[in-house]
Amino acid sequence: MPKDTPPSGPAPLAVPLDERSKHLRRMALGSMLSAGRGHLGPAMSLIEILRVLYDDILTYKSDQPDWPERDRCILSKGHGCLALYAILADKGFFPKSELDRFCAFDGLLGGHPEVLAPGVEASTGALGHGLSIGVGMALANRIKKRDGKVVVVMGDGEINEGSVWEAAMAAAKHGLKNLTAIIDYNKIQSYGPVNGVQPLEPLADKWRAFGFAVEEVNGHDVEALHSVLKRLPFAGDRPSAVICHTVKGKGIPPAENNPGWHHKNKLTDEELAPIREALGEG
Amino acid sequence: MRKTALNMVHELAKRDERVVYIGSDPGPGTLDEMREEFPDRFFIEGIAEANVIGMAAGLAMEGYVPYVNTIATFLTRRCYEQLAVDLCLHKLPVRLIGNGGGLVYAPLGPTHQAIEDIAIMRALPHMTVIAPADADEMRRMVPQTLDVEGPVYIRLAKGHDDIVSQEEHGNTLGKAIVHKEPGEALIVTTGIMLQRALKAVDQLAAEGIECGLLHCHTVKPLDAETLTHMARRAKVVVTAEEHLTTGGLGGAVLETLSETMPGSMPPIIRKGIPDKFTHHYGSQDLLLEHYGLQGPGLAQTVKDALSK
Repeated sequence: MPKDTPPSGPAPLAVPLDERSKHLRRMALGSMLSAGRGHLGPAMSLIEILRVLYDDILTYKSDQPDWPERDRCILSKGHGCLALYAILADKGFFPKSELDRFCAFDGLLGGHPEVLAPGVEASTGALGHGLSIGVGMALANRIKKRDGKVVVVMGDGEINEGSVWEAAMAAAKHGLKNLTAIIDYNKIQSYGPVNGVQPLEPLADKWRAFGFAVEEVNGHDVEALHSVLKRLPFAGDRPSAVICHTVKGKGIPPAENNPGWHHKNKLTDEELAPIREALGEG
Repeated sequence: MRKTALNMVHELAKRDERVVYIGSDPGPGTLDEMREEFPDRFFIEGIAEANVIGMAAGLAMEGYVPYVNTIATFLTRRCYEQLAVDLCLHKLPVRLIGNGGGLVYAPLGPTHQAIEDIAIMRALPHMTVIAPADADEMRRMVPQTLDVEGPVYIRLAKGHDDIVSQEEHGNTLGKAIVHKEPGEALIVTTGIMLQRALKAVDQLAAEGIECGLLHCHTVKPLDAETLTHMARRAKVVVTAEEHLTTGGLGGAVLETLSETMPGSMPPIIRKGIPDKFTHHYGSQDLLLEHYGLQGPGLAQTVKDALSK
């Protein structure tokens, strides 16, 4: 088993974003602006995690979303859906024009993802559901003797939910090596710092104690994410957990580490100008 | 009845490789034969109902038909959000077998008495709700749950309940059974109220009062056509259920008839458990008697209603 990488501190998190990361952020921001609302901060911390998963790790066919042999990826922190929609549209699961109808009355893409949207594996939004569903999918793969990966992406606030730890115990009991829990550890939940609301540390040790093989990584460092996720599964007899140290609101200067940007309604032109500049828009 | 329902799961598993059993922490030896025959489709997952329902959802998304089994209160109250979101929103074929529906666990107190399970299950979109009266009816109905679209809640009674259902009446999910055509009155039952209502109907007949009996083993979808047809001929309708008088069978009957018989609905008396938790123990039968839900109590309710 590879040795766990040390936790990334604040300095390595300040990685510069490349054009693709900025592009995906522009798509997510565009959706949010079209609806005049959206969970911007929780989506921005997710962009690189989803980008690396869908670019290099997961096997799927965007023109056949229900292809039985695909890997499954559940965005359990459904409020991060602006990031998911951007990557799914980028990959061609649905037309990019749908992004401009985010939260529209007859739109495909709601404020939390539903399976009606191609590429969305589970309807989420109520927190603490995804890992259990992933356990069921991984067990189904085992019965069917399929090798597919099941990846569940959770938020740090989300894992306050006891059901997550019920699911963790079940995953370990069944030795679901093809199940991976990814934690978007941006350290801020709705009210404020995770450490103030419900501290999670020692987080890696918790997952280890629950029977997972654990790695920690800078969740904005594309190369580092790629390197870690390519090594899945981390162990042959256990599920894996990847704790991604991230920045809430990453790439949107006023939103970074700012609980006030967990959910945003309208943005003024004054607010938008530096954001567009940071994301490389004119 | 519980043994019958679980044995049926094993029988279904033999016929259909989609069938999976998931228990939480049942009694020792539960479905040993299925565990031995189909170890990869038999799961005991511990006292973690939220996870059990989510896991069942994941299996169902992949084409399986999980039959989940634990005590009715835990299966309905503890994991309600998982039932609503994971099962109903996704319209997944997960079957929920709730042990001890109603007052079966009378001596164990209110934490174990499933007195609002029908109401809260019925409130969920896409959920089917059945409460068979006896083991024979259970045996005929469980196989029908296999191909229902969406989740099904199966309310189990105590076991060793008197066998009163008759195969010749038919047993089709969603179709109410006419045990006796209405006279002046009509009693509508679900679950083990059928046994009590049959006694009430006999007692009333002996006293010269003709009372019909309609048994709704399926509370959702309720058989509106048969119910309406029967209610049209009765001066008074009494609903009888081992459940709160709010939101269960009585509620469903009222809602249905208010739509099918606007302006001509007969008086409807909902007989059940009042809107409070009981702090009596004893036995299921003693509590049913306490609430007027045994034969004599139901007969008296009919007579009182007719005399008004």
